[in-house]
Amino acid sequence: MGGWAIAVHGGAGVDPNLPTHRQEEAKKLLTRCLDIGISALRSNLPAIDVVELVVKELETDPLFNSGRGSALTAKGTAEMEASIMDGPKRRCGAVSGVTTVKNPISLARLVMDKSPHSYLAFSGAEEFARQQGVETVENDYFITEENVGMLKLAKEANSILFDYRVPIESCSAGAAATDSPLQMNGLPISIYAPETVGCVAVDSQGQCAAATSTGGLMNKMTGRIGDSPIIGAGTYACDLCGVSCTGEGEAIIRGTLAREVAAVMEYKGLNLQQAVDFVINERLDQGFAGLIAVSKNGEVACRFNTNGMFRGCATEDGFMKVGIWN
Amino acid sequence: MGWTIALHGGAGDIARSMPAERRIPRETALRHCLDIGVAALKANKHPLDVVELVVRELENIPNFNAGRGSVLTTAGTVEMEACIMDGKTKKCGAVSGLTTVVNPISLARLVMEKTPHIYLAFDGAEAFAREQGVETVDPSHFITQDNIERLNQAKEANRVQIDYTQPIQKEGKVEETHVADGDSQIGTVGRVAVDSHGNLAAATSTGGFVNKMVGRIGDTPIIGSGTYANRLCAVSATGKGEEIIRGTVARDVAALMEFKGLSLKEAAAYVVEESTPKGNVGLVAVSATGEVTMAFNTTGMFRACATEDGYTEFGIWPSPK
Repeated sequence: MGGWAIAVHGGAGVDPNLPTHRQEEAKKLLTRCLDIGISALRSNLPAIDVVELVVKELETDPLFNSGRGSALTAKGTAEMEASIMDGPKRRCGAVSGVTTVKNPISLARLVMDKSPHSYLAFSGAEEFARQQGVETVENDYFITEENVGMLKLAKEANSILFDYRVPIESCSAGAAATDSPLQMNGLPISIYAPETVGCVAVDSQGQCAAATSTGGLMNKMTGRIGDSPIIGAGTYACDLCGVSCTGEGEAIIRGTLAREVAAVMEYKGLNLQQAVDFVINERLDQGFAGLIAVSKNGEVACRFNTNGMFRGCATEDGFMKVGIWN
Repeated sequence: MGWTIALHGGAGDIARSMPAERRIPRETALRHCLDIGVAALKANKHPLDVVELVVRELENIPNFNAGRGSVLTTAGTVEMEACIMDGKTKKCGAVSGLTTVVNPISLARLVMEKTPHIYLAFDGAEAFAREQGVETVDPSHFITQDNIERLNQAKEANRVQIDYTQPIQKEGKVEETHVADGDSQIGTVGRVAVDSHGNLAAATSTGGFVNKMVGRIGDTPIIGSGTYANRLCAVSATGKGEEIIRGTVARDVAALMEFKGLSLKEAAAYVVEESTPKGNVGLVAVSATGEVTMAFNTTGMFRACATEDGYTEFGIWPSPK
């Protein structure tokens, strides 16, 4: 047994012009979350509890796109989704279209533990939350000033991106679009809110778990489901490893990206790093994404084909790293 | 190598004592749908169009748990879901939580073709349906007398149904329910097809399972679980959704071919025999080279297939070896 290991992410695809103070804030938050996970693992909490705990913290902090600070739908509301999976028995739980639950990841955990199902969505998920007595808040709680501004820019950019009659230079969002030719999910990266937070962990018993949570895409259609709640796409864990993905949801779903890491380990005998490299290099087609993964042997891997990914990882032998860029 | 087509009308504990008046209409419907698919393939339609066409037909037939004839949620309502995937491009579309759309599979196809997304659900999916002008009806259209009775039976047997969370240990009890309410667990219709150029497609549609919680999403709309297609094969799974999700069943058939070099039959057999618990999973699959397999570890699965060289097979229970 190789001891415990943990990794966290706050989304792949980072605006190259992100102000330094924002970069520092992000690193601080990632470090804090890693520390929470590390001390939980040291006190022998099972991996499944650790990933839930860490993602809860990421949801509660408004910095990343999940829980408070979620990206907004075209209607200006927050519609969150999350999933969690426990490696040993491949038990899993997922929620989508959650609008009042303070910590969607904990609701996903309850779907896994307390319902006969593995995935509940929209009013049914909200009803279940009330039945279970989890903490709920007004939708406003999730909406930050910054994201209201981003939504406005996204809407302006959208009309430009989809309407070629409007010259790009004629408005401020157009300028933003030309300033950052990088795009994700069809939006200039300066507007695109990095999707998703996630955590994977393996405890000293060698049990793996994964958890992912998101507000989804800025300016998304109401009802759009991305990769985060999809077992095998955004989140997967089994006896061998735990994986959480982030990036362009549609590419991740199509590539069944999280399961793919486990599948090439299981069926091709690759080790974790080889599996992660294979998946990022070969399985994304034209898509952009990143992922974090741990193996039952205590290995950890982070890879992305975007310009950056908010991430951090640590292992029992004292290795710890937090980074944003390549 | 030629075209091949396979379809299922759900897997589960189908009692061998199932009365003829319940069995025969389903068999007739499967034959009818197989004929439609075969005719479409003969007319050189693309497999994507073929699977959509046939699943639409199955959705319109009230004997199967999809479209009209969908089983009911615990609130007595219908919430349908569907998914479609093209093998060559891996393009896909999915919908959940539909209450008024006559053909969920066609809405899934529209999500694939007309939105930047893959998956729309509940109010957002309904709003998209209206925007696209697809046929919608009053939710009562989907509810059949049979399914009202099934829901009542399931509610009476509720204690046993909740035990589904531990399907392995409680297998005995699960069987009891099935004896009690006959074919109420039979869910989902699905179709996979390959044409003579090796183009593959898969489509699956369902009403979910009886007495499900409102908002429950099963395996059907989940790419890689209930539905999957790539360059090698197309797979549609059916059975206990929660087991299919955790087993990423449809993708695993493809992954075993791709990463372990198994044949389609070997890959499907591995998934239903080794990697999923008994009594839970069935699937139909075709490969780019025209192989076909229909595997299940449940008591039975309504199924049918046909290949270009004239082979056809129909069945409910395991075929004699």
